[in-house]
Amino acid sequence: MTENEPLLSVHNMEKHFPVTKGLFKRQVGAVKAVDGISFEVYKGETLGLVGESGCGKSTTGRLVTRLLEPTAGKVFFEGQDISHMSQGHLRPLRRDMQMIFQDPYSSLNPRHTVGAIVGAPFRIQGVQTEHGVKKAVQDILERVGLNPEHYNRYPHEFSGGQRQRIGIARTLALKPKLIIADEPVSALDVSIQAQVVNLLEDLQKELDLTYVVIAHDLSVVRHISDRVAVMYLGKIVEIADRKQLYSSPMHPYTNALLSAVPVPDPRAGRGRERIRLTGDVPSPLNPPPACRFHTRCWKAQDICKKVEPPLEELAGGHRVACHFPENAPEPAKAAPAVPAQE
Amino acid sequence: MACPATGQATRPVAVLTYIIRRVVGAFAMLIVISMVTFGIFFVVPQWAGATPEAMAARYVGRAATPETVHLVAERLGFNDPVVVQYGRFVKGLFAGAQYDYGAGVEQCPAPCFGYSFISGQPVWPDLVDRMPVTFSLAIGAAVIWVLAGVSVGVISALRRGSFFDRLSMGTALAGVSLPIFFTGMISLVVFSYGLGWTPPGGAWTDLAVNPLQWAYNLLLPWITLAFLFAAGYARLTRAGMLETMGEDYIRTARAKGLRERQVVVKHGLRAALTPILTLFGIDFGLLVGGAVLTETTYTLPGLGQFAILAIRNQDLPQVMGVVLIAAGFVVVASLIVDLLYAVVDPRVRLS
Amino acid sequence: MSFLDVKDLKIHFPTDDGLVKSVDGLSFGVERGKTLGIVGESGSGKSVTSLGVLGLHKGGPAKISGEIWLDGEELIGASAEHVRGLRGKKMAMIFQDPLSSMHPYYTVGHQIIEAYRIHNDVTKQVARKHAVDMLGRVGIPEPGRRVDSYPHEFSGGMRQRAMIAMALSCDPELLIADEPTTALDVTVQAQILDLMRDLQREFDSALIVITHDLGVVAELSDDILVMYAGKCVEYGSADDIFYRPEHPYTWGLLGSMPRLDREPTERLMPIKGSPPSLINVPPGCAFSPRCPYAERTGGRAETEAPLLAETEGGHLVRCHMDRTERRDLWENEIKPVLETQ
Ligand SMILES: Nc1ncnc2c1ncn2[C@@H]1O[C@H](COP(=O)(O)OP(=O)(O)OP(=O)(O)O)[C@@H](O)[C@H]1O
Ligand SMILES: Nc1ncnc2c1ncn2[C@@H]1O[C@H](COP(=O)(O)OP(=O)(O)O)[C@@H](O)[C@H]1O
Ligand code: SF4
Ligand code: SF4
Ligand SMILES: [Mg+2]
Ligand SMILES: [Mg+2]
Repeated sequence: MTENEPLLSVHNMEKHFPVTKGLFKRQVGAVKAVDGISFEVYKGETLGLVGESGCGKSTTGRLVTRLLEPTAGKVFFEGQDISHMSQGHLRPLRRDMQMIFQDPYSSLNPRHTVGAIVGAPFRIQGVQTEHGVKKAVQDILERVGLNPEHYNRYPHEFSGGQRQRIGIARTLALKPKLIIADEPVSALDVSIQAQVVNLLEDLQKELDLTYVVIAHDLSVVRHISDRVAVMYLGKIVEIADRKQLYSSPMHPYTNALLSAVPVPDPRAGRGRERIRLTGDVPSPLNPPPACRFHTRCWKAQDICKKVEPPLEELAGGHRVACHFPENAPEPAKAAPAVPAQE
Repeated sequence: MACPATGQATRPVAVLTYIIRRVVGAFAMLIVISMVTFGIFFVVPQWAGATPEAMAARYVGRAATPETVHLVAERLGFNDPVVVQYGRFVKGLFAGAQYDYGAGVEQCPAPCFGYSFISGQPVWPDLVDRMPVTFSLAIGAAVIWVLAGVSVGVISALRRGSFFDRLSMGTALAGVSLPIFFTGMISLVVFSYGLGWTPPGGAWTDLAVNPLQWAYNLLLPWITLAFLFAAGYARLTRAGMLETMGEDYIRTARAKGLRERQVVVKHGLRAALTPILTLFGIDFGLLVGGAVLTETTYTLPGLGQFAILAIRNQDLPQVMGVVLIAAGFVVVASLIVDLLYAVVDPRVRLS
Repeated sequence: MSFLDVKDLKIHFPTDDGLVKSVDGLSFGVERGKTLGIVGESGSGKSVTSLGVLGLHKGGPAKISGEIWLDGEELIGASAEHVRGLRGKKMAMIFQDPLSSMHPYYTVGHQIIEAYRIHNDVTKQVARKHAVDMLGRVGIPEPGRRVDSYPHEFSGGMRQRAMIAMALSCDPELLIADEPTTALDVTVQAQILDLMRDLQREFDSALIVITHDLGVVAELSDDILVMYAGKCVEYGSADDIFYRPEHPYTWGLLGSMPRLDREPTERLMPIKGSPPSLINVPPGCAFSPRCPYAERTGGRAETEAPLLAETEGGHLVRCHMDRTERRDLWENEIKPVLETQ
């Protein structure tokens, strides 16, 4: 991992969406979509963001690209505070931060040609290109594995995987530094998923890109990330190097998530001890107090319902928010071993 | 287990808030309408240069002396500020009013829509007199057009592309595009004057007097009116059914082993009815406010005919009364539709 | 003959663009108490197959041929009304998206009661009690109260439980689950998979699980059918498919998916290209445009359609390469790459 300056850094970022009710639309509460999270993303690395549906992954992505304005906390991009920057000031920065979306069907305008779609960023940002926009666009198309002759075709003429490539090509046009990919492969078939994952990795190497990859698929996240953050109900509960996170997860929720993934190995699968969470994720409108996971955690004690566990570094670069972490290094911290995986 | 929505406990509360919100909304709408109507009939003419005297002149007839006119204008309050005039107008609606023309005080009881210039009679009783005709016409026609339109729409959707579908959609297109006085005239000529099956225009019997005669007299206007509306309903139903029959829950209903008829009616039609309900609320409200063309064509003594006469006579209070009543019906009908929505689609209650 | 026996099933849809061969000669069987997994990418014909078994294409535009034997009774030739009577009672289905698959205007209870009363002549009260029972059995808390909730008031996992309760309400002997957990989160998916496993044991029904997730089939299935472009390309026991796969497409699927149970590989091994449209299925072997081994069969792959042939003890493969060559490739080229690195 690169120990240089973080490209993106987030401090106690919050986003609360107001909820209104009744005759006069008075505010009765807030969806705490993101509720005080902090993390850094270093140049050239990939940070994976995992968690169940509704835990605030996409909101986080939209906050750091400032498609949304945080209700509290700070977002720094290359050391510059962009938390409340006006759209006008953000415009030049938009070149450096791009987003890739899940749905390759709805995120492309069906009435524009591929050339127009991929070339749009040049025109919007008024960028001069050496041999004209067309040449530049064709270079990008080639780079993402599309035929440059596809320049004049329309999105509906392409398959799902190809459309996602067009989406990626569009984000590459302005040589961004940071790409936030929100579920980039979850709408794709397994065989196509792998193509796009490989493409993202190749591009990262060639163009020195930094990624934040949001996904609910833990195996995809492990494959693509250098570090991984696990979110639960608007909070980061664990963040670590991917190797540490997957081989010795400390937060009970991470353990449960990993153990829930079905393995494509019938014999190993049959013998596997599994942690089964009961129930669903509580509503972010009314999250449980203190440790938000206590309603589903099999290790929960009284303290978990009263005191919120802070996100603490328990091993080199491994931060966890839990009173009784698993696999913790110091014996003092360690709770009785629970058969986690295997 | 933590559940996202606590269903049961909150539902009655949600429904109640919903109902209150809609009723308050409808009420506010009525107030706005009364303001606008009042504005159009009393304020705009004054802005346009009509003096209080000119307004009053209509009440006293052409032969009056300027003094009388002036006096009446004063008595009727045309010199007062607009707000005061509007306040008096609203008070008249709820508490009745007194009109002092100088020649004696006239009592105008509770829903007071003023006095007719022409007949010198209060407007409200006249309106009440004509309502049964319009209601009869509207309700009868509505029953026919909903039944016919929806069933044709359903069958067309289920047999898309068939001869029946093409024929009925062609007819529906004609139905929507042909003006009612045309179809009305044709049907009168053919069925009443030609074949003698139905009575000629102008026949009206009260329901209470002779129900059979009532229905027989209204049959032709009903069908003509229903034809116009059924066309739109058939098209809307067809489109709605084509959409809902492709939904996943229809597949589920079939997978349960439900009979196709029940799948269509209980699952498909039920969901397709929502937009039809909306349209029905608006159409029915408008119609009760006065089926102007139909009533004129068949010379039926309903609100629509009343409106035409009032306009022709430039009888301002009468016109205003009809307009207010018509607007009121539209608002009330759409209120009822909104409330029915909550019954039909449980998801509405939450929003 | 198995409890369910499908022989040479073909389901073709005539469209303006041409004939869509969604299912093209599929044969499989399931016993009571056993689970068959059907895997394949989207558009390979999985859903059309399951709807076909339930007889839901009857009366539609689809052209159907072949035989479907359920408990000794042939269904393709049977009358639509007869098959309707079996649907929901003898065979039932769970769908992918539990929100859109339940009617938004009726309560969950109403929909279960309806399913029960179609096939059982009982009063509403009795059916309601049964619905509450079923909801309790699939793990819905406070079923007596939740029975009157609308689907939108349930979470995704609870909706899928309710769907399962509805499908099982008449004790079906064959249950088809079409992507039952695709719309759910992993933790909820794990709950639903456990539930299906337990219920299948309890009801001793034949289960068909359709999915694109190899992990899910591995967890549930006894036998697995790998489908590509409307055809079965490989069929065998779960062990055959995961430990001794012989078809290049199955290899491709295994190589495409990142796995949590192994050390991460440097690169995934995707299948090149994308699945064919079922109107223009490539002649010869449908997989040939994407198959890295197509040349090995000396041009035959492009012209001649390979047949589904048994390699060993019920393990069927549709490929021109001969058995030893396939095994050799798997043992020496594919398996080492998948497992080491
Ligand atoms: N504009 C909004 N107004 C109100 N609530 C919102 C809004 N956007 C998101 N939310 C809520 O915030 C929470 C987090 O949403 P978010 O989209 O970030 O989840 P996610 O982790 O990306 O989930 P998924 O995996 O389903 O994409 C959810 O409860 C969501 O309903
Ligand atoms: N009613 C239909 N008319 C024409 N083509 C259809 C119809 N239903 C499905 N198909 C086609 O059949 C193929 C298989 O579909 P399906 O079984 O839904 O795939 P999946 O394997 O994803 O479940 C697809 O190419 C689909 O477009
Ligand atoms: S703090 Fe307590 S409840 Fe929260 S995850 Fe840790 S052990 Fe579980
Ligand atoms: S027949 Fe040829 S092209 Fe088809 S799967 Fe086998 S090797 Fe590949
Ligand atoms: Mg999201
Ligand atoms: Mg499908």
